[in-house]
Amino acid sequence: MAAPVKNDSEIRYLNPVSVDVKKKKYCRFKKSGIKYIDYKDGEFLKKFLNEQGKILPRRLTGTSQKYQKKVAQAVKRARHLAILPFVTDLMK
Amino acid sequence: MNNYETVFIATPVLSEAQLDELFGKFQGVITENGGQIVNAEAWGLKKLAYAIQKKTTGYYFLIEFTGEGNLIETLEKQYRRDERVIRFLSFRQDKHAVEYSIKRRNKLAGKVNAEVVETEANVEPVAVEEA
Repeated sequence: MAAPVKNDSEIRYLNPVSVDVKKKKYCRFKKSGIKYIDYKDGEFLKKFLNEQGKILPRRLTGTSQKYQKKVAQAVKRARHLAILPFVTDLMK
Repeated sequence: MNNYETVFIATPVLSEAQLDELFGKFQGVITENGGQIVNAEAWGLKKLAYAIQKKTTGYYFLIEFTGEGNLIETLEKQYRRDERVIRFLSFRQDKHAVEYSIKRRNKLAGKVNAEVVETEANVEPVAVEEA
């Protein structure tokens, strides 16, 4: 005997539907008016690196083109002066 | 005349006197070649993020100065000749960097003064976060 079909109109999902509100990315330098990115501050620059010490793309961080260039410059200076590593594992 | 900033790392095996002598030497190189020192800082012994010449620590020194471009050539030549220097970096400060370094210096100076005055009061000097 077939089980009676309860309610066809009710749609059930296996996983709860994620209703994610897309958070608009913004350039933190533009927002807070930072003009110069200091290479001496390794901890700050780590925000723009992944675990391996690679520079994160701006599509992830939201940094504008103008400041992404400066971030890259600062990170590279910091690497040269052994403030940041060139390659690493599990930096954070 | 441009504003320049230079950082060098000295080997960790040097004594206090040798470090002073080394720091003085490069400041001398700058002043003798028509540069003017704006700011000089010794950051002390710091851990390196990776080994340089098999050394894991180094003494950091920062000098900010103004001068002509050909001074850099002379300075870097001196860096290369001195085997106590394991790494160096010098670059021209753009207008934002100059502004930033002035602000940074004032902050540092303020901190030192505040610490001297308020050692007993135990009040943290409030860092002014200008936008």
